[in-house]
Amino acid sequence: MQRIGVFVCWCGSNIAGTVDVVKVAEALKNEPGVVHSANYQYMCSQAGQELIKQAIKEHNLTGIVVCSCSPRMHEQTFRKTAAAAGLNPYMVEIANIREQCSWIHKDMAEGTEKAIVLGRTAIAKVNLNAPLTPGESPVTKRALVIGGGIAGIQTALDIADAGFEVDIVEKKPTIGGKMAQIDKTFPTLDCAACILTPKMVDVAQHEKIKIYSYSEVVDVKGFVGNFDVTIKRKARYVKEDVCTGCGLCTEKCPMKKVPNDFNLGMDNKRAIYIPFAQAVPKVATIDADYCNMLKNGKCGVCAKVCTANAIDYTQKDEFVEEKYGAIVAATGFNPISMDKFDEYAYSQSKDVITSLEFERLMNAAGPTAGKLLRPSDGKHPHTLVFVQCVGSRCASCAEKGKEYCSKICCMYTAKHAMLTRDKYPDTDVYVFYIDVRTPGKQFDEFYRRAVEEYGVHYIKGMVGKVSPEGEKLIVQGSDLIANKQLKIEADLVVLAAAIEPDKSARPLATMLTASMDTNDFFTEAHPKLRPVESPTAGVFLSGACQGPKDFPETVSQAGAAASKVIGLLSKDKLTGNPCVAHSDEMMCNGCSSCEKVCPYGAITYADKEFRGPNRTTLIRRVAQVNEAICQGCGCCTVACPSGAMDLKGFASKQIMAEVDAICK
Amino acid sequence: MKVSYFPGCTLKTKAKELDIYARRSAEALGVTLEEIENWQCCGGVFTTSNDEIATKLSSIRALKAAGDKGQPLVSVCSACHNVLKQTNAQFNNDADFAFRVNNYVKPDEYNGETKVIHYLELLRDVVGFDKIKEKVVNPLTGKKIAAYYGCLLLRPGKVMAMDDVENPTIMEDFIRAIGGEPVIYAYRNECCGGYITMESKELAAAKSKKVSENAKEKGAELIVTACPLCKYNLDKHAEDIPVVYITELLAEALGVKE
Repeated sequence: MQRIGVFVCWCGSNIAGTVDVVKVAEALKNEPGVVHSANYQYMCSQAGQELIKQAIKEHNLTGIVVCSCSPRMHEQTFRKTAAAAGLNPYMVEIANIREQCSWIHKDMAEGTEKAIVLGRTAIAKVNLNAPLTPGESPVTKRALVIGGGIAGIQTALDIADAGFEVDIVEKKPTIGGKMAQIDKTFPTLDCAACILTPKMVDVAQHEKIKIYSYSEVVDVKGFVGNFDVTIKRKARYVKEDVCTGCGLCTEKCPMKKVPNDFNLGMDNKRAIYIPFAQAVPKVATIDADYCNMLKNGKCGVCAKVCTANAIDYTQKDEFVEEKYGAIVAATGFNPISMDKFDEYAYSQSKDVITSLEFERLMNAAGPTAGKLLRPSDGKHPHTLVFVQCVGSRCASCAEKGKEYCSKICCMYTAKHAMLTRDKYPDTDVYVFYIDVRTPGKQFDEFYRRAVEEYGVHYIKGMVGKVSPEGEKLIVQGSDLIANKQLKIEADLVVLAAAIEPDKSARPLATMLTASMDTNDFFTEAHPKLRPVESPTAGVFLSGACQGPKDFPETVSQAGAAASKVIGLLSKDKLTGNPCVAHSDEMMCNGCSSCEKVCPYGAITYADKEFRGPNRTTLIRRVAQVNEAICQGCGCCTVACPSGAMDLKGFASKQIMAEVDAICK
Repeated sequence: MKVSYFPGCTLKTKAKELDIYARRSAEALGVTLEEIENWQCCGGVFTTSNDEIATKLSSIRALKAAGDKGQPLVSVCSACHNVLKQTNAQFNNDADFAFRVNNYVKPDEYNGETKVIHYLELLRDVVGFDKIKEKVVNPLTGKKIAAYYGCLLLRPGKVMAMDDVENPTIMEDFIRAIGGEPVIYAYRNECCGGYITMESKELAAAKSKKVSENAKEKGAELIVTACPLCKYNLDKHAEDIPVVYITELLAEALGVKE
């Protein structure tokens, strides 16, 4: 029989405000096995923990129940407390009477009654708990960074500088990401390429970093410290280690009408291309959708002109298997499609563009060599209208837009407006906004400068319609401060499109068993206290894949993710979770049901000898669980038809005892 | 195939062409429009105000009549369709409204199960634009036609659920099916001025002119609409481009106009 202690926490007024904690402690005193029951204002505090330790010693407790907040919050705290007092940490159970009780109920009587039931349930379980000892597993001291934008680059550099090997997997032919497409950065207006490209070179030259460009992660197996990852190296039809990046092929290729995605389709590239001059690796890639040689075997010009003999039309996708201890997701973002926002006439006029397209138009390496020219006729625009929040903060139009604020648009729009007025003082620039949001160092000062020094017309209100008429775009909007309708004859309209996570994030999250929110942003383990870790052990988050953010924030988060990875890789061994599956060999009939449902591949089979009747020996096939791989999800215990499979710490009889306690 | 048909008052008076050609074309495409018995005026858009019950009973009775035959309820007029569909949605989403409405119509309670579809949806989803293409005998080849949606056909988008409110394609696809060339212009889903024309001719004229001028600028020779009120406003205030009903154009293409 267990000797159980019950500790009811007030959590200040968080619990005590809706739950009569004294009554709960009193009621639970009479449950089977309970020999001690107490309540205290803050059980997690030093004094509260001391109370638990003393009680364990004084009453010779064999198990404890803490009625407090969610186990996600303080289970570890109380397990350590128990261990410090000499009790096995797995003899601790948490009854969540905060998140699942006091916070969601208003009625004191009901809340108290439910808290008692939850406490009773935990007690029923502890009565059947047994001490557990975690195993240990080794750590592969290498990290994988998925995504080679500024987030991935910074994370990789920081991990590599600490002395660990890092691989970057980037799906595009070059690293650099969105930052490579940006012209200047707010609020300092330094050139994005000038601060990014040296970092790209650092990555390329770092002896600890390997870049898998034009590659994708296709499979992830294993667990924290021991991931097995399959990487698909897409055929680029150019030998990466032979190509010198001279670019001759990209000038001679006769296929001239390939939309240049780096310039967002505003100009053309050849079927063999290097995305931009500072690409890393600086290697050509053939676009198989456009290459005549690959499509119908006619051409071969690039192979003829290549002095290095780097072209290989027979190249196939290759699959590489690598081992890592930690994985960082840095998959970034994209502007949303403007297809469903035709009130702004994006599909009707070439002169309605997105802000990212505007970046390329202003960029010296862009399609107009940095001259601000209208895409339709190449004329210099005189009146520009910027529309903010296109698809952002769009609760009423959630089926086409996003409910959240994309965070970066206010600042880059101020930058665009300012740069336009600075370079072309003959322009009139209007910005339509819902709110101007500029929380950040030097941000509001920057926006004020756009208004006060550069004379940008900021109009509070939204645009309802853009109508292409003649050479003009008639912009109809409301000025909420002057309370009137405006009609502006514009030459160029720039839409600050909402940003969303890259489409590759969702399948990646599935592979990593990492959780996402409804917008497909990766979820952090704790929104305040663990912002760069995924709830899945060994998976870390860097950059805009976790939520919209600008460069300074992305780089900070990238560094933070790297420090978490370094912390993990510095360990030689990891303590595992002892709450894993276990098969009773006497009951197992070797049917393979458990193996089929196991998402981690933790179950194997072995032929074992058993004693039969009359001194005979029987050989039977039985399931065996690899405790280092098992994550304790419990799928197998449900699938097992003979009841041989059970979960340590969450055994079927423990769960049934909990259900009985609730229903009592 | 037979469907229930709610023509509406205007189709019996000012907009007879919309009605006649809708029936002939449908017949040619193998669909019989069965006019429901004893239908009453839908009440126009005024009935969509939230606190009205009595004025919505006409819609409920029409929905019930179609439901009893197990048929979808088809209408052509944008306003009738809008009222029928919005009333149906309110019946299905607001239990209190449904209860009160059924109190009025006892013992002929409505169960909310009738499907309301617009004539254009009948063409797209039931007949199919591909099939229409096959049946066209007088294709409107090379004719540049501007589809005019107006506001009632598509909005509110979540209830009407016919097409994307800002970037619709159904009428353009229809124009292609009968051999014409659709013209995309910004004002195709803007208001024509509607009933404002009773109060202020100038305002309605300004709205309608904007639509027709924008369509003409993009090269349209002809505007098509499904709404009698849109046609009235455009005819009256924007005289220099012909405005015809979708059904008239369809009947012409199918060779059943005369």
